[in-house]
Amino acid sequence: MITRKVRKWEKLPGKNSFCCDGRVMMARQKGVFYLTLFLIVGTCSLFFAFECPYLALHLSPAIPVFAIVLFLFVIAMLFRTSFSDPGVLPRALPEEATFIEMEIEAANGNVPAGQRPPPRIRNVQINSQIVKLKYCYTCKIFRPPRASHCSICDNCVERFDHHCPWVGNCVGKRNYRYFYMFTLSLSLLTIYIFTFDIIHVAMRSVDYGFLNTLKETLKQTSALLNPVFTVLEVLVCFFTLWSVVGLTGFHTYLISLNQTTNEDIKGSWSGKNRVQNPYSHKNIFKNCCEVLCGPAYPSVLDRRGLMQDDPAGAAASSSASSSSSSASSASVTEPQTTKPKAPLIPNEHTPEDAKPSIAESPEKSPSPKEEPPENFPPLASPETDEHIKVSAHL
Amino acid sequence: MVVKNYDICCVYSCCCSGSDTSFPLIFVQTHSLQDLHQPTASSKVFVQRDYSSGTHCRFLTKFPSELDSRLDKQQFEETVQTLNNLYAEAEKLGGKSYLEGCLACLTAYTIFLCMETHYEKVLKKIAKYIKDQNEKIYAPRGLLLTDPIERGLRVVSFETNIKPHLK
Repeated sequence: MITRKVRKWEKLPGKNSFCCDGRVMMARQKGVFYLTLFLIVGTCSLFFAFECPYLALHLSPAIPVFAIVLFLFVIAMLFRTSFSDPGVLPRALPEEATFIEMEIEAANGNVPAGQRPPPRIRNVQINSQIVKLKYCYTCKIFRPPRASHCSICDNCVERFDHHCPWVGNCVGKRNYRYFYMFTLSLSLLTIYIFTFDIIHVAMRSVDYGFLNTLKETLKQTSALLNPVFTVLEVLVCFFTLWSVVGLTGFHTYLISLNQTTNEDIKGSWSGKNRVQNPYSHKNIFKNCCEVLCGPAYPSVLDRRGLMQDDPAGAAASSSASSSSSSASSASVTEPQTTKPKAPLIPNEHTPEDAKPSIAESPEKSPSPKEEPPENFPPLASPETDEHIKVSAHL
Repeated sequence: MVVKNYDICCVYSCCCSGSDTSFPLIFVQTHSLQDLHQPTASSKVFVQRDYSSGTHCRFLTKFPSELDSRLDKQQFEETVQTLNNLYAEAEKLGGKSYLEGCLACLTAYTIFLCMETHYEKVLKKIAKYIKDQNEKIYAPRGLLLTDPIERGLRVVSFETNIKPHLK
């Protein structure tokens, strides 16, 4: 058997796509991201080509310079948001999954036959508020507080905000500040281009009105096309303005309260009977500082590390691997121990998410299904989780 | 033949035919019950995260019962507490982290291409600490402490290397 060394990203479960040998990590559907890029680059190119020469000449050369700086910042933030790891939690290795199963079994005690076992929830007290930690059947872990499973990327993400198709990635703990800076700088850029387009149109109409020399008519011929592009830019900016500025405002509100979009949608901290947000410092400035200027969290998903590629499917035996599943042999699992395993029975209390885009539907099957006898829990992978709900034991 | 003081006797009998012996030979092999129920080569004990003070990285200092026979409670608590302190240092919200954040923002985060973040520096410290602990304390006791970063900062795992029983 020839084993070769592969990068860990090649064996990662989940529905991400990787580029540049694991340096870039995105969702699979990238179409809307390309649209975003096209709109930004296209509109700015038109602005630089047609508006800027006139404005630099008649107003100030600082205008295009500032526009370039702003444009580069927007692109940098977009790439940073789209290409970085949002804070994906690696799935539990078989031993850890078994250990957790044992703890759950011990906690549940004896469940009478025919009765559904209680939901897999752990209660923790955070700053004197009770927070429920839910069990993720795909990743085989109890999700940390504020983490959620993204069904589009099929990963649990820490401090999950939302999955943004415009940036082609999830927005989570690690890239939230880049996402916010992207929306903020894009709002500024849109307002900037919109304003100077209006100024340009106003100034041109003033020029045409007063100056009627031959030179101006010659200029007019070449300037005939300009209004078309200006109108195009104004239209794009107008529609972008409402959505992006609105989004920036919404996220500013969330940051000041130290909430995520996910929590806001589910109404986790609102309402009379609900707990108060235990993560908020109760101080807007402190909340903003924590979210935007807090420490830069490292990625716990080792994408570029090397591991042995064992075709027999013993990917879990690679020593340094923290998140691996034998994608090539999804249904073949090796017995790690000879201990009996707990049945994995989902129930109606398994995690439900308000937004359909972040809901994990395979977990909601109400009745346990019989499966070919396996004495061990299957390694976590999207394929096995879709089909295997119960591992019949003994 | 008298069999005494064995937990379990496996009796194998074989008949020798075509020889002078006219009685069967009995081989007795002994196993102790404990040996039969011996766990596999290495098993892991997991120390979970402590979320009582929020989402900051902390691990429970409760001593797991599986390590009762192998490790000192004091030693365990000291190790986990030191790890907790190191992670607290990495995630500390203070003037230094704010300055780093603001500076990075002004340079469009390109500064991180040439500079290591504070968190990464502390992670290196943690890796060194764990290596030291393994060499000095845990390896002599037949234990291996794994760096939580390899488990997604979810658990600290102690691997108990029990030598496989040779039959």
